[in-house]
Amino acid sequence: MVHGLSSMVKKQKRTTYQHAMIKLQNVEKVYRTSSIETLALNNINLDVKKGEFVSIMGPSGCGKSTLLNIIGLLDAPSKGHIEIDGSPVERYTDKHLAELRNRKLGFIFQSFHLINDLSVIDNVEIPLLYRNSSAKQRRDAAQEALEKVGLSNRMKHFPKQLSGGQKQRVAIARAIVGNPEIILADEPTGNLDSAMGNEILGILQKLNSNGTTIVMVTHDEAMAKKTDRLIRLFDGVQVS
Amino acid sequence: MLTNYIKIAWKVLLRHPFYTFITLFGITLTLTVLMVVTSFLDHLFGAHYPETNRDRSLYIATIIQTDSANTTMSSGPASFDFLKKYAKTLKTAERVAVMNNFGFSNAYVNGKRIKLNTKYTDVEFWSVTDFDFLEGKPYDETNLRNADHVAVITDALRDQYFGKDTETVVGKTIDIENINYRVIGVVKGSPPTRVYTYSDVYFPYTAPKSNYEEKGMRGRFVAIVLARKPADIPAVQAEFDSHVARIPRSDYGDNRYNILIVKADTYFDHFLNTFTRSEKDRVTFYAIVGLVLLMIMGLPAVNLVNVNVSRILERASEIGVRKAFGAPSKALLWQFIIENIFITFIGGSFALLLTLIVIHFINASGWIAYADLTINLPVFLTSILVCLVFGLLSGVLPAFRMSRLKIAEALKV
Repeated sequence: MVHGLSSMVKKQKRTTYQHAMIKLQNVEKVYRTSSIETLALNNINLDVKKGEFVSIMGPSGCGKSTLLNIIGLLDAPSKGHIEIDGSPVERYTDKHLAELRNRKLGFIFQSFHLINDLSVIDNVEIPLLYRNSSAKQRRDAAQEALEKVGLSNRMKHFPKQLSGGQKQRVAIARAIVGNPEIILADEPTGNLDSAMGNEILGILQKLNSNGTTIVMVTHDEAMAKKTDRLIRLFDGVQVS
Repeated sequence: MLTNYIKIAWKVLLRHPFYTFITLFGITLTLTVLMVVTSFLDHLFGAHYPETNRDRSLYIATIIQTDSANTTMSSGPASFDFLKKYAKTLKTAERVAVMNNFGFSNAYVNGKRIKLNTKYTDVEFWSVTDFDFLEGKPYDETNLRNADHVAVITDALRDQYFGKDTETVVGKTIDIENINYRVIGVVKGSPPTRVYTYSDVYFPYTAPKSNYEEKGMRGRFVAIVLARKPADIPAVQAEFDSHVARIPRSDYGDNRYNILIVKADTYFDHFLNTFTRSEKDRVTFYAIVGLVLLMIMGLPAVNLVNVNVSRILERASEIGVRKAFGAPSKALLWQFIIENIFITFIGGSFALLLTLIVIHFINASGWIAYADLTINLPVFLTSILVCLVFGLLSGVLPAFRMSRLKIAEALKV
């Protein structure tokens, strides 16, 4: 059912992409300890167009999550150039990076990363806390986001009272509440059964059909095939 | 935003009741000590019965004589004559009261000795102070002129000397050092921590053994100068300084001394001047007090810092999420500081309750007669300030470390 819906959504999607929403040039990431140096990413060049749905695949430890963290400005590259929606971010201060993440990016994590001490709606409101929006605006936007993921009846619940699929839908609501142009999903279906995984993918495809650029790390070949483009990494190198 | 922070802080407190108990116990105990100390300092230096006018009072209590090389020095209270000439004549003051430092005497009742503290005062003493007359009235100028053997006694002495069941004691006589004095009034006593108003018996200065006729600058008397309003204090001080400056060298008495230092100080300054002679001494005094306070607050704060820092990992995921969704480090820094201040204020509320109990026991224990330690507005505001400082002291470092966590690493936890 969900699969059918996602196919339909895909057909309706625009096929012409606009300018590069994410641009990586010669990106390298090296992790250094006192005794060892590990090259996690080596000379990555990547353009993700506005409205594109890209998946990243590769074996464990190949650098997928590192790449996603770098795209999401959660980690800094050791070398290379990054542009988000045309803005080079190298010289951005902590404050500017935070603002860029807040306005342009939304994150979905494999292990959800919901704050257990906050209710569902309070979790969803988090990105809006760092904008100049009133409590009412935050509440309204969070309710709307939860409606989009079909969880408006669970607003007062706490994460511990939800199933894995529900938690991930809350995480999606949190990612979209601020209307970001890019969503970065790190194995969003990794902790879910296949039915639930398809449901989550359906939501992402729907978001993408509305113009949101999505980059998703996945281990699931079948899921990856449902996206516009597949990037493969091996030992930190982009192989396709 | 604040609600969100406080919600989290509350939930974190509920998450580990034992840890919360230990944390709050430490904070409460520290703040209780500080609040009791604050209340005691307020008791010492604040405007309280019967010196309720301290905010506009100046104390002339010490004359210092020295030489220009500062090799020899002599200091002590002034003579009645000195204060009459140079303090009583202050035009900018509303009133000037003169009294001696309390002395020691004995009274005997049914063969049993009662140790007493006695004080000789002028009539103005009763206007400058705010004694509560339970019976009778203070002595007046006529009593002074006639050198009447009259006395004002405290309620405690009344109960001790005449017995608790006596209906009224005004008009009765009290035998002190074989002299009979007629009791003219009974006041609620002043605590011994207020040395210039404390006594068991008050006599007019013309009563026997006051030595008010001693000549020279030095004697046994002090003055409380009451300004019309607190803002007049500098003018009164300036006038007194000009009076002192006009004292001829020939009046200094001892030839060894060519420098005379006598000040009309506020109570706190007067207190400080008993320890410090120069600005440098004062800085040292403040530094020592500051260090002691920092130790009292700092050691438990350091302990709390350790506990907080060790719990950073528990909040790592939350920090990562907040940063990922746009929280700048500064916002997180404030979040954790606010959380810590919130916890400190919870501890502060317990401390306030505990302080009320402790000061009730101090007041009721009789360690300090007529003790009136209290939590008034200044003490309360100081306590809030202390809570804030403690909250900041114990919160800033952990908050700083938390806010500096790298997002990618925080999310891995």
